[in-house]
Amino acid sequence: MMQPVCPLSAIPRGESFRWATDPPVAIFHTEDGQLFAVDDTCTHQDASLADGWLEGCEVECPLHASRFDLRTGQVDAPPAKKPVRTHRVEVTDGMVRVALSDEAPNLPPGPATLSHEARRA
Amino acid sequence: MIRRIAVVGASLAGVAAARALRQQSYDGSIIAIGAERHAPYDRPPLSKAFLTGACTEADLALADPDEALDVEWRLGTAAVRLDARNRSITLADGAEIPVDAVILATGARARRLPGTETVSGVHTLRTLDDAVALRRDLAAAERLVVIGAGFLGAEVASSARSLGLDVTVVEALPTPLAAPLGVEMGSVCAGLHADHGVRLLTGTGVARLVGSERVEAVELADGTRLPADVVVVGIGAQPNVEWLADSGLEIHGGVVTDAACATNLPAVVATGDCAASFSPYAGGIVRTEHWTHAHEQPATAVTTLLAGAAHPRRAHIAAPYFWSDQYGVRVQFAGHRADGDTVRLVEGDPAQRSFLAVYERDGRPVAVLGMNQAKLFTRWRRQLRAPDPVPVHTP
Repeated sequence: MMQPVCPLSAIPRGESFRWATDPPVAIFHTEDGQLFAVDDTCTHQDASLADGWLEGCEVECPLHASRFDLRTGQVDAPPAKKPVRTHRVEVTDGMVRVALSDEAPNLPPGPATLSHEARRA
Repeated sequence: MIRRIAVVGASLAGVAAARALRQQSYDGSIIAIGAERHAPYDRPPLSKAFLTGACTEADLALADPDEALDVEWRLGTAAVRLDARNRSITLADGAEIPVDAVILATGARARRLPGTETVSGVHTLRTLDDAVALRRDLAAAERLVVIGAGFLGAEVASSARSLGLDVTVVEALPTPLAAPLGVEMGSVCAGLHADHGVRLLTGTGVARLVGSERVEAVELADGTRLPADVVVVGIGAQPNVEWLADSGLEIHGGVVTDAACATNLPAVVATGDCAASFSPYAGGIVRTEHWTHAHEQPATAVTTLLAGAAHPRRAHIAAPYFWSDQYGVRVQFAGHRADGDTVRLVEGDPAQRSFLAVYERDGRPVAVLGMNQAKLFTRWRRQLRAPDPVPVHTP
């Protein structure tokens, strides 16, 4: 089921958007205009990939610099070992919509050590 | 021709070195020697999620089971001697290992308070065994005193507080973290303790620990007595280099290397916490104890080792970076601060525990500090560049 997330205009090219669903999802708008949606939490340790560095179709985690391929979710550079889950994303009527994957997410061990409020403050 | 390489040290830098060897197409033998009996594990969670019970030993594993590193692990026995001329390494159990080349990654160990080794209830925190012992002791304790308000001490205080303990942190310096962050930002970070009901006493040294078999209190230089069920000593680390004393290596606060990890001996490189490497950022030789450094620098050591002496070496030039998670707040720092740098607030408010500050020297940014500002921090971190040109500086 596609769920509306935000207007496309809210995510300029080269930027990201953190959708606070559970678990949270990061939506990336690449410099060349593609959209990708992946789980927001790095599979290695608790960090928001939406806060990471977007380069081409790859995002680098802001905490330990693990890199993930946004097209497949695969790990391009450690320390992460597990891929990040990808979600289907499309734009209709200027609205970004995401269909959440029904696979199990690869969340890092332990409960989140940082509250979302603290991280987004 | 290099066909047998020993990686001495089986923690983050050792695993990264083995990984880099395979990535750089080395297909000979790798023998990884580790003093601890555990398979390589990640240390940062030991003071955080592992201490609070939020993650398990299995979660700490560094090597990926799917990764074909093809390493011969020699764990649970430390290297005790390097004979560089005859190319052999002696282990504590007497075994002699012939090698063509050596990557030194023996890391560092926790500094202890002299005379406290036999007193129970007094802990340092560096290894998995340390963390297991501390976790067990904290579960039965009410009052914790942490000696040293550095990042490790602060993280232990934070974890213990979240477990419901009464926590006091003692720091000999007037301002915690003044060396890495400067006085102004050091005191901002130190403010996190009070925010969360942890007492911080600064500018007071420890006179002695009270208690014969088990610690009962910490007595400060001014006579104050702090009752304690458990004491954690977090006063820094020292490099594991004593075993190299007669190796012919230059040792000066670590194994001295150039910016490309080359030592003064051929076919021996050093990396991670045990290496004192020339840093283009600092403009001198520094020993770096950060996780990211131990994760990234070994690739440079491997390049240097495999290229051999005949080739020009490539310096490791990433800006130093570290993070600390305390009290639900993420602190990140990158670059190299020096006394006299000015601190400029770029975003947010230190009082709100969410801000970004940039350290400047002659109008140029040299370091950046973020608190709960991961996105902005990453952008600034990427802008930091080594001073040009980058010298390799052969020792």
